[in-house]
Amino acid sequence: MKKHWYDYLWIVSIVYLTLGFFNILCAWIGLIFFFLPLLIAIFGGGKLYCNLFCDRGQLLSLLGKKLKLSANRRPPVFLHKKWFRYGFLAFFMVMFGQMLWITYLVGAGQRPLSQHVKLLWSIKLPWQWAYHGGVSPWVAQFSFGFYSIMLTSTLLGIITMILFRPRSWCVYCPMGTMTQLISRARSRSE
Amino acid sequence: MIEEKPRKKRKAQVAKQDCVACGCCTKVCPKGAIRVYKGLYAQVNEGLCIGCGRCAAECPAAIIEVVKVDA
Repeated sequence: MKKHWYDYLWIVSIVYLTLGFFNILCAWIGLIFFFLPLLIAIFGGGKLYCNLFCDRGQLLSLLGKKLKLSANRRPPVFLHKKWFRYGFLAFFMVMFGQMLWITYLVGAGQRPLSQHVKLLWSIKLPWQWAYHGGVSPWVAQFSFGFYSIMLTSTLLGIITMILFRPRSWCVYCPMGTMTQLISRARSRSE
Repeated sequence: MIEEKPRKKRKAQVAKQDCVACGCCTKVCPKGAIRVYKGLYAQVNEGLCIGCGRCAAECPAAIIEVVKVDA
């Protein structure tokens, strides 16, 4: 099959995650991966982002298929069930909200800046070496929080890539669930 | 008298209600016979599908099956 320019977007994923090791402020770039899929779905593009452009999906595909890291097993049935997908989306949003709340508290001076990356919402990793100052504390706090989310979800994606099929993450990806919900709402109102 | 056996063809079938519309299937189909419809679910063009099963093996949710249908 013919390769397109957008078949190389997995590189973006690697560059993004790498930048976070050197300058945590680069985490802000990741907002593109949040807003772009939503905007495409809102303006009627359906799940074009998942289908063609998702850098993470491509990376998982590459690791699972090309590098043969995937067991290629059928995932458990609950993974694609609505209760699990919506439940994971809800959990994800609560954690995202908590991250925004901490960002606010740091901005309001009620909390000191925490220079950590939190893996899997629980494991605190020291990360101060990727912060070089020069911005308001809340800007830095958001970077640490947002990068934590990106690293955590990539890690979950890699775990399910290894255990099941390469792009198993796509089944319960909160962004994917949201864009499908938006697509459903659109088709219902048409 | 020649007895004609009912011909069965293999076709991919998507469990639409379970499909997450990720589009992995569309990337491996050699015939371009499967596409994601409006971000809702994957749709098989039965006229083009040759029942090779690549989409079924690729589907990360494992909700595509190859079934025998009357030709």
